[in-house]
Amino acid sequence: MHSLLDNAPPQQSLALKILSINWGLLLLLSCIAGIGLALLYSAANGHWQPWASKQAIRFVVSVVIMIAVALVDLRFWMRSAYAIYAGALLLLIAVEIRGAIGMGAQRWIDLGVIQLQPSEVMKIAVVLVLARYFSSITQEEIGRPTRLIVPLILVFFPAALVLKQPDLGTAMMLVLGAGAMFFIAGVRWWKFAIVLAGAGGIVPVAWRFLRDYQKNRIYTFLNPENDPLGAGYHSLQSKIAIGSGGLFGKGFMMGSQAHLSFLPEKQTDFVFTMLAEEFGLMGGLALLGLYLLVFIYGFAIAFRSRSHFGRLLALGITVTVFLYVFINTAMVMGLIPVVGVPLPLISYGGSAMLMVMFGFGLLMSVYVHRDMRLGRGGEE
Amino acid sequence: MAKEKDRTKLLTRRALFLAGGQVALLGTIAGRLYYLQVMQADRYAMQADENRINIRLLAPPRGRIVDRFGVPLAVNKPTFRAVLVTEQAGDVASTLDAVATLIPVSDADRRRVTRDIRNKLSFVPIAIRENLTWEEMARIEVNTLELPGVSIEQALTRSYPFGDTISHLVGYVAAVSEKDLSGDDPLLELPDFRIGKSGIEKSYDLDLRGTAGTSQVEVNAFGRVVRELAREDGLSGQEMVLSIDMALQDFTAHRCAAEESAAAVVIDSWTGDVLAMASAPGYDPGAFAAGLTGAQWKALIENQFNPLTDKTISGTYSPGSTFKPIVALAALEAGVITPDSHIFCPGHYELGDAVFHCWKKEGHGALTVRDGLKHSCDVFFFETARRTGIDRIAAMARRFGLGAVLGIDVPGERSGLIPTTAWKKATTGVAWQQGETLSAGIGQSFVLATPLQLATMAARLATGREIMPRLIRENGVMTADSGVDRIEAPSLNLAAHDLKLVLEGMYAVVNEQGGTAYTSRIMDPAFAMAGKSGTSQVRHISQAERDHGLPKPKQTPWKDREHALFIAVAPVTNPRYVVACVVEHGGASGGGGSAVAAPICRDVLIEAQKRDPVHRVPDQPFGAPTTLAAG
Repeated sequence: MHSLLDNAPPQQSLALKILSINWGLLLLLSCIAGIGLALLYSAANGHWQPWASKQAIRFVVSVVIMIAVALVDLRFWMRSAYAIYAGALLLLIAVEIRGAIGMGAQRWIDLGVIQLQPSEVMKIAVVLVLARYFSSITQEEIGRPTRLIVPLILVFFPAALVLKQPDLGTAMMLVLGAGAMFFIAGVRWWKFAIVLAGAGGIVPVAWRFLRDYQKNRIYTFLNPENDPLGAGYHSLQSKIAIGSGGLFGKGFMMGSQAHLSFLPEKQTDFVFTMLAEEFGLMGGLALLGLYLLVFIYGFAIAFRSRSHFGRLLALGITVTVFLYVFINTAMVMGLIPVVGVPLPLISYGGSAMLMVMFGFGLLMSVYVHRDMRLGRGGEE
Repeated sequence: MAKEKDRTKLLTRRALFLAGGQVALLGTIAGRLYYLQVMQADRYAMQADENRINIRLLAPPRGRIVDRFGVPLAVNKPTFRAVLVTEQAGDVASTLDAVATLIPVSDADRRRVTRDIRNKLSFVPIAIRENLTWEEMARIEVNTLELPGVSIEQALTRSYPFGDTISHLVGYVAAVSEKDLSGDDPLLELPDFRIGKSGIEKSYDLDLRGTAGTSQVEVNAFGRVVRELAREDGLSGQEMVLSIDMALQDFTAHRCAAEESAAAVVIDSWTGDVLAMASAPGYDPGAFAAGLTGAQWKALIENQFNPLTDKTISGTYSPGSTFKPIVALAALEAGVITPDSHIFCPGHYELGDAVFHCWKKEGHGALTVRDGLKHSCDVFFFETARRTGIDRIAAMARRFGLGAVLGIDVPGERSGLIPTTAWKKATTGVAWQQGETLSAGIGQSFVLATPLQLATMAARLATGREIMPRLIRENGVMTADSGVDRIEAPSLNLAAHDLKLVLEGMYAVVNEQGGTAYTSRIMDPAFAMAGKSGTSQVRHISQAERDHGLPKPKQTPWKDREHALFIAVAPVTNPRYVVACVVEHGGASGGGGSAVAAPICRDVLIEAQKRDPVHRVPDQPFGAPTTLAAG
């Protein structure tokens, strides 16, 4: 198989790499982040403090990191996949241990400039490690069930840790994102059917592991108007805010639900609600349209890549960002239970911003190194 | 290479499949947005408004109550309280210490503030002290810079400038109780709202109350008011103008208060306007508006002189000899006596085996009806009543407004009692006894009347018309061209000479030597009054007591002493002002009607005629109400 890669590829200069960075994608991301900053400005009643200014700085820093990641050779990312995954796992275990020895349910590690959430890191790390794993085995090997044991462990171990935190949203994203990667890697349909059936059997068991507030969220999701002042409050108020926005919204900084504090978490998980309230259906669809363009970019980059790793990585990143967007928006409009998943590039928060941009950096790296053919071990 | 191609094809196929799935999910999101923001937009817009808009009621100012000249009897007085907003206060304890250096703050106030801070949201003002004096309010205001979070709030409380001198008539307001909540006026739900609980405040509560205004405010999720969106001011309550002349009321009330427990009613007999209506002792109606303490309430209800009872309408008394003019008129109309008929009084009257005594043991000798009234001879009226019969006496009494409520504008009026043969048969099952007719003939036995009824009776005696007492002036306060005209009330259809004769008898009572109230006559002939005294037993006097001499009033327990009554009209030349007075149990001196009640009527009638409230108009000089020292 190594013989396939015998022809030496042209060595790209740094200047060429910079030129080949997907600036159009960066422009799109900047548009989305810009909308996010405007919403944070509105959320603070027309002030840059405390959210918008901080988020702007984070975005700029993240853009720099993204470009740096994009310029790093794709082979490096392929080789480092397991190391990065191991690092993320260690961080995850670290917060878990710290929680266990009584320092509270703190889900982040303080890096000074940023409070890093290992669970956010893990979302990208799992994509990276699965891309690496599936690109390093053959199609026949993927067909063997034993070959799926390692990647399943790679997914479910961190997912279980995250669930224990407890962070239902991230666990869901890890499993769904990984599932998508198993699917595009070529795992057969019927195996998914078996897993789904198995999951069906596990649900009653898993139910016992859920905390009361998580159970309540599911109950409430099933019938939110049952308890409008209690557990259903967030969901109901969010729907009221979105619905009352109407076609064109109430106007910038005029959302009564958001500004009179009826809407909870308006600067983080429910930021899309504020957008829909202030800019209406048009605003909501415009943002979804921007995201759609980003996903199209992601797919295009994947198809353009000549390496299996690159394709898997690009698709994995794209699916992960899609899951962020879908779970968040579906949650705020009451389609799924309330889970803590931020809206990428818009919700206030450093970890998600950094890791999403890191992911886009990887996506760009795939594009920059699109013509690179990679071997099973990350060698050219 | 082929395998690699197959693998890429598989990946591409599945990726496209995934992309399709993503587009479908995004479509779901877009569809959901459409559903929420277009199809359900109205519903959610309404719910968003329900969230943010609160309708707050604005209590309208309660209507004033004024006397016939516009003197305020019940007003809304601004009161001040010091409040603390926790979120602005910083350190609450030190702020309270600072406040305590300016105004007195008790430990109980501190405990209440501490408790309220725990229970209320941090932006809700918490009262530190209520009812600040002007000086205390000013001291806080001057120092607000050093007192973060402390401010002065203003509220309106009901105030009664004349206090206990007109307490029963004006009444009082108090907090809404459970049973008042049946009405559908949303104002009743306001925590600080007060409604009328007695007197005019109660009977005209709906007029005085006004209509609630509303304020639409935008609130946030914690209930904090962000801004006012719209405001509709309510209608302030209607001003009630009473027929009362507060100056005369004040005089009358103080004159009554000189006795332990007394009541007097002054009426303009030409119109029925009640000019004064006093019941002593009174109470402080302002205390009810502020909220009574347990001790205050206990003191009020345990007082044997019943300060809470309006004796002018709720007190019923045997009218005693003040009833004799009615008996005389009934007898004259029935023709059982004539103006010249003589009846001999030997000091007692025998009916079968029973002996009825005249108040004058040695007897009056032969008397006409005029002199029977003048001397208030009991034997004369025993015989007259017997000849007339109880039913004709009762009919005459009813024409004079006795035995039924008059429909005066304050709650609590009682009907008194005018017995008839049918009434007695129906209520006791026993037939009427002729002896009872004799007792009724001197206003004893079952006969009961209120001071207001006696005053009304006097007004009808003075005019011969069916005068109805009234408290509300529908034309507002007195002006230069109001209040002098006689009301054309229906005539009582009495023979003019009969009425004249009875009034002459009443003239003799006061102005002729030997009349029972001669000592209480008015010296100034222009103001001279005619009247009739009455002294009514509250318990039966036994034969043994008669034989051994009646006990002196001072030796009798207060509750067993006789009531002193008097009715009077003035001036005799052209009667206009009438008064009725009851001094319960003869008052401090324990005297009868002519000794205790007649002087009150005299003084009140002099005052009434001097002030002449039915003629005086506001541009004429009007001094402050005269205050008569008690005693």
